[in-house]
Amino acid sequence: MKLKTLNLLVGTTAALLLAANVAAAETPKRGGILNFVVGSKIPSMDGHMEGTFGMIHPIRPFYSTLIRVNPANPSSTTDFVCDVCSSFSSSDDGKTHTFAIRKDIKFHDGTPLTAADVKATYDKLVFPPKGILSLRKKFFNMVDTITTPDNYTLVMKLKYPSPTFIPSVAMPFNFIYSKKDLDTHGYKWHQKNVNGTGAFSFVEYQPGSHVTGKRFDGYHHEGKPYLDGYKAISAPKMAVRLQAIRGDRAAIEFRGFPPKARDDLVKALGDKITVQEGDWNCSLLVTPNHKAKPFDDKRVRRALTLAVDRWGGSKALSKIAIVKTPGGVVFPSHPLAATKDELSKIPGFWTDIKKSRAEAKRLLAEAGQSNLTFTLLNRAVDQPYRILGVWLIDQWRQIGVKVTQNAVPTGPWVDSLRKKKDYQVAIDANCQSIVNPIVDVSKFLGSASNNYAQYTDEPMEKMHAAMSRSGDQAEQRKIMRQFEQRVYGDEAHIIPTLWWYKINPHRSYVKGWKIAPSHYLNQHLDQVWLDK
Amino acid sequence: MYKYAVKRILLMIPTLIGAGILVFMLMRMIPGDICEIRLGGTGLMVDKEQIDICRENLGLNDSLAKQFLDFAVGIATLNFGDSMWTGRPVTEEISVRFQLTLQIAIMATLTAVIIALPFGVISAIKQNTWVDYCIRLFSIAGIATPSFWLGIMIILGLLIVSQQLFGEPWMMPIQFVPIWEDPLANLSQTIWPAVAVGYRYAAVVVRMTRSAMLEVLREDYVRTARAKGLFEKIIVNQHALKNALLPVVTLVGIEFAFLIGGLVVTEQVFNLNGLGKLFVDAVLDHDFTLTQSLVMMVVTVFVVVNLLVDLIYAWIDPRIHYT
Repeated sequence: MKLKTLNLLVGTTAALLLAANVAAAETPKRGGILNFVVGSKIPSMDGHMEGTFGMIHPIRPFYSTLIRVNPANPSSTTDFVCDVCSSFSSSDDGKTHTFAIRKDIKFHDGTPLTAADVKATYDKLVFPPKGILSLRKKFFNMVDTITTPDNYTLVMKLKYPSPTFIPSVAMPFNFIYSKKDLDTHGYKWHQKNVNGTGAFSFVEYQPGSHVTGKRFDGYHHEGKPYLDGYKAISAPKMAVRLQAIRGDRAAIEFRGFPPKARDDLVKALGDKITVQEGDWNCSLLVTPNHKAKPFDDKRVRRALTLAVDRWGGSKALSKIAIVKTPGGVVFPSHPLAATKDELSKIPGFWTDIKKSRAEAKRLLAEAGQSNLTFTLLNRAVDQPYRILGVWLIDQWRQIGVKVTQNAVPTGPWVDSLRKKKDYQVAIDANCQSIVNPIVDVSKFLGSASNNYAQYTDEPMEKMHAAMSRSGDQAEQRKIMRQFEQRVYGDEAHIIPTLWWYKINPHRSYVKGWKIAPSHYLNQHLDQVWLDK
Repeated sequence: MYKYAVKRILLMIPTLIGAGILVFMLMRMIPGDICEIRLGGTGLMVDKEQIDICRENLGLNDSLAKQFLDFAVGIATLNFGDSMWTGRPVTEEISVRFQLTLQIAIMATLTAVIIALPFGVISAIKQNTWVDYCIRLFSIAGIATPSFWLGIMIILGLLIVSQQLFGEPWMMPIQFVPIWEDPLANLSQTIWPAVAVGYRYAAVVVRMTRSAMLEVLREDYVRTARAKGLFEKIIVNQHALKNALLPVVTLVGIEFAFLIGGLVVTEQVFNLNGLGKLFVDAVLDHDFTLTQSLVMMVVTVFVVVNLLVDLIYAWIDPRIHYT
């Protein structure tokens, strides 16, 4: 009995010590420079007019946003917390949103931040003056007025209650600028200059090479940042980024690597590499041009989607490409997303692929297109465009459709999709930052500027309008299922592939950074520290 | 000679005008639009209003004639404008990269000349011996081996060997530091691409040196020199090599000019922020102002290098006179 008690005591003590050690090991350490590689380049430094991670990764740490995804829980699609605000609330009718602005925030040049700065920022985003680009202006269509009742309160009144508003405010591109800068230097100053309230202040930008930042001691989140600074090194080639991590020239790359690269790194470095993985708010879509025969015939479009084995393809493709999860129109883990049962009822997601392909052949025969041949326009980017293109060609071959892939550089690809509209079937992308399903699915509307399929579908427009103005999530969910059934199943306007899968292998000494559903999110770096 | 140089410099003007017209037209014929790529390329919901603002801001809604006039006036006044992609001055975009590209070009040329001249001469003198065969094998392998492949092998080799020797893989720096700021860091980055490029470059020059030397060594005046009992060293160095150098100088000049802006793949392999990468990015991004300026710069480099080569001819061979 005594021995048992002793053993228990020793065991408990050991467990407590281990827990204490783990806790100690996870206590953030201060200092160090984080080197990371970025697989793209910076167009301008103005977040309001850019849409690329090539700008977000190096520039985001200089800025704050009004609210942001919770850095402690970035994989959640609905967890938003204050950044420059101390609290935010919505009125019962959902039309008035009030943000209490923190009183302890300073810009890097020493100017205190007030609600006037946030208002000036949102005026630029929502109501840009003539000639000023605001790439996300449309996200704020519901905003009626922005006012500041006092120096530290911001009120945004909406024309109608909208479930898309708060996620839109949390987008990482909505950098808070100083009113003084906007008034003094104009609305284009931030394209080449930086003055934010972020965790790091600007040190240097060498075009095509790197951006460096140093710790901002006056940062408003107490005790942060942990790093002394960071260096974002531009490295467009994936092989270079991979070898840079292997050779410890960089500790991390925030966008993502394909599975083979992850495996190579782990094989070479063992436990010196930590891997974080998760679904990615990006998907490639097959877009049939409804104005090109025979893709104006929904039987043909339905045959093309029925031929694709998404459940089987997921297993095979996830070994070689950055795609994995079969899913509907909504990001898989969001409350508005289809469950597997719901999904399996949509043509193209049936679990019995033989039945599905038999139906596809029948539809093609009925449409007089049993010997269908066409050219698939694709973007000449391997991951995952070309790989997915090759896979699709093989899927369609199995119902007797012969497809030729025409992979072209981004310029001609965009030109063909957006201007010429001269393709038969194209691979297109839907890649977003914040998971904001009702905004994200607007791509499926025939009226959307980023929908290239050239169709008009009034019922879908009405469904979307209803979702956009509904405050009831159950109702949104119900309409979303109808919307999904129509776009992917009944009309097969667009043919889904698989959701992307984000794989971030990084040096194990990088701590505090958690993977998010998008490579645009959680990049303020204030919580990152180095365990060296 | 002076008049000749001035005449050649003046002849650069029509060459540059021709190149300018050509690149201006070609860039506008390539499918794609910088605003569509930049704003719509990520699949974002971008409406026509935003595209129009972007095009207006970049001057793309102006007539072609006005765009060409702006370009021509800019070139004539050495005001190259701003990059359409970054909004930064073109001169700034080019100057930060020119330094690195020039250094690699000089290092690769030095590597090539240091290897190629002795190897080419020895190969010619020892024709059809094992020495000749080895050098020919070396040079043929160099021509057949793409520089980027050699670059990849160098990077992987360093990673693997260093990990085996020291337990931690070593990679060369992936960002440029000027040589006067940190010579060690600079050389530890630039030496490897210089070797990768220099090897192919040397291989080509070895072949040229060998064949030029073989031709000259069969000339009557060399036979006469030998009949006079001159030392072989004097015959080779003073009589043969000088005359054999003319085609070699031409080749070295052309290759050097090519390296300014032509090291596209090697720059990508070693992550060098050079002019080649900038050139490709500018074309793919439809950045008209930057591409046009880069083309004008490369044309100028080619013309100037060719002029220098011609002047070096006269210095090497006193029989050549320019009037």
